[in-house]
Amino acid sequence: MTALDPVRLLAVARKEVLQLRRDTRSLILAFALPVTLLVFFGYAISWDVNDIRMAVVDQDHGQRARELTDAFRGSGRFLIVARPEGTADIGRLLDRGAVRIVIVIPPTFGRDLGTGRTAAVQAIVDGSDANTATIALGFTQAIVQQFSARVLFQTRRVRLPITSATRIWYNEELASRNMIVPGLVAVIMMIIAGLLTSLTIAREWERGTMEQLAATPVSRLEVVLGKLLPYLAIGLVDVALCSLLGVFLFHVPFRGSVLYLAGTSFAFLAGTLGLGLVISAVARNQLLATQMGMIATFLPGFLLSGFMFPIDNMPLVLRLITYLVPARYFLVVTRGVFLKGVGPEVLWPQGLLMILYAVVGLGLAARAFRKELT
Amino acid sequence: MRLPERFDRLHELVRKEFLQVLRDPRLARLIFVAPVVQILAFGYVVSTDVRRIPTFVVDQDHTQAARDVTRTVTASGYFRIVGRSDRPQDLVDALDHGRATAAFHFPRGFARDAARGAATVQIIFDGTNSNTATVGSGYAERIIMAYALREGTLGRQPPVELRERAWFNPNLQSRDYNVPAVMGQLLLILSLILTSLAVVRERELGTLEQLMVSPLGPGELIIGKTVPFALVCLLDMILITAVALLWFRVPFQGSFPLLLLAGLLYLLSTLGLGLLISTVSNTQQEAMLSSFLVAMPMILLSGFMFPVSSMPAAFQWLTLLNPVRHFLEIVRAIFLKGAGLGALWPQYLALLVMGAGLLGIATRRFHKTAS
Repeated sequence: MTALDPVRLLAVARKEVLQLRRDTRSLILAFALPVTLLVFFGYAISWDVNDIRMAVVDQDHGQRARELTDAFRGSGRFLIVARPEGTADIGRLLDRGAVRIVIVIPPTFGRDLGTGRTAAVQAIVDGSDANTATIALGFTQAIVQQFSARVLFQTRRVRLPITSATRIWYNEELASRNMIVPGLVAVIMMIIAGLLTSLTIAREWERGTMEQLAATPVSRLEVVLGKLLPYLAIGLVDVALCSLLGVFLFHVPFRGSVLYLAGTSFAFLAGTLGLGLVISAVARNQLLATQMGMIATFLPGFLLSGFMFPIDNMPLVLRLITYLVPARYFLVVTRGVFLKGVGPEVLWPQGLLMILYAVVGLGLAARAFRKELT
Repeated sequence: MRLPERFDRLHELVRKEFLQVLRDPRLARLIFVAPVVQILAFGYVVSTDVRRIPTFVVDQDHTQAARDVTRTVTASGYFRIVGRSDRPQDLVDALDHGRATAAFHFPRGFARDAARGAATVQIIFDGTNSNTATVGSGYAERIIMAYALREGTLGRQPPVELRERAWFNPNLQSRDYNVPAVMGQLLLILSLILTSLAVVRERELGTLEQLMVSPLGPGELIIGKTVPFALVCLLDMILITAVALLWFRVPFQGSFPLLLLAGLLYLLSTLGLGLLISTVSNTQQEAMLSSFLVAMPMILLSGFMFPVSSMPAAFQWLTLLNPVRHFLEIVRAIFLKGAGLGALWPQYLALLVMGAGLLGIATRRFHKTAS
């Protein structure tokens, strides 16, 4: 008997498709989840900080103080929602979360500027959301610095000797959408693999059909590949769906080679599905398989891949662990292909690692399956 | 029937369920391992703090002025130099390969232009991670500006000085904001999964009918299927608080009884949702997947990792219907701001109303599917 016969392979795949079609909830998960995630990240969720709610306490009431207030209003970053007279209200405003940041312009502000003394402006920020607070403080510092430079030029004709010009590459508008959508491609595959494949062998055990499958004249490899094929198809459809929606609906740039993305996706998917099968074979129970699948694929894919949280920020031990997370490499590929427009010439190490991953994943799956049968 | 008897029976039922939870190794894992894994993940991984950005420097000027600016940039601690060169092409390579996230480019004639008062440093940022790039490019621009102000005034103070203070989280650590919030999603997932699995398991085993014909009232049955899990969730809440305070040293400014009260009110909603899921699921597997599908959008729209204030207006309104959002606001305000009922009563009220509503609907549906 040859190890790989296309007819038998397709028979196993067909059986799997039939079973999958009856499992409506898994099917919904397979197609609805990617679209839901994409719509959420495309429309609703972002890290972009705009319209920061601000209170200005102007105790000076002079021309300069008004200019500074106008600089904040004109920046497009802040929304001045309160102008309390005194500093007594600051606590109340911040406690209730009515404003994120309070600027206090002291009574001596105009006088200090006129006499050449340093005028102090106070910024009190609600630090609880550290990220938004950091960004808000950053904008504030920049506006105050620019104001400083203007005053310097007007009063003493001093020009700044050095200026900076910033250019943002790859994601010119700095939209978190552009960062997340390419990453989602990887995360979604993790979910498909983690949740769906982990069920497939466990289901055979639970329903007692495993012995039947073992009794049929199919080889290990045929079972493993046959079981994988439908999920591979679902995964690739998901990737295409996500990419198309991302590009046409959410206008995420796609600058690189479709072919390279497809190739690496195929390898990554094969490896992850293989791992899912291993989990399924080990767990023998659908519920346990789902839980293990989540822990083994979904969590690292989401957290340790650099999808949203920079790997550089993690402690050393976790940074080392990330090298074992295949999604880490795949994410470099998706971002590279979508945003940077680079291809194999830059991303070949990641491509090789994906292929290695696929070989290891499928090999492990075939081995785990043999153990089950004996 | 007399009241004490009823109470005894209820007590027995809760005890039975509670023991069943603790004896099931799978559930025990879920209850005790999941919180620890999550809190470690969110304590160590979920950090949006930007520091030590890998930076490439292209210096075509080779002068003291360019080196001075570079030194000021690295001295800030936000940037670390990973490579230097005098060819702009190297900068492109470094960013394309992802070896550097930021680059500074000093063009030829930089020092000469600076002396005339018209030099420009080119700052280039990899925008792939939009958050790092937003925060980092801001740092870079302000460091250069501060340097220029110092040079322009020959070391004197600039005309306006900004004195900053961050309330509630003086060191601006994202960890202090994220770790307590783990409670929100953990309690949600636990109560959804535990409740729906417990009911569906009885249905799968066929013991639900037995319980139905037993002298237990339907209300008692629901109490039996929710109270043990509520206890487990509260236990997890205490566990998370302990790890947050003792291990991660997150400050706790508010009142613990208020936190527990919020937890109880929040559990009304989440347990109600769990019961609802159990009424539409036939197998444990289905219940598990449904829980996942329900929990995911609730967590994404809660302000847990993505601030509500960054959402479009329509979604901000939508989040008002999300119990997780209100619970997280309470948890964060109690931990970091030390807020009390005076400031938080709207959130408590929202939790109470939603909890009563959800539990009510769930109870009615539960009766229907059961009978």
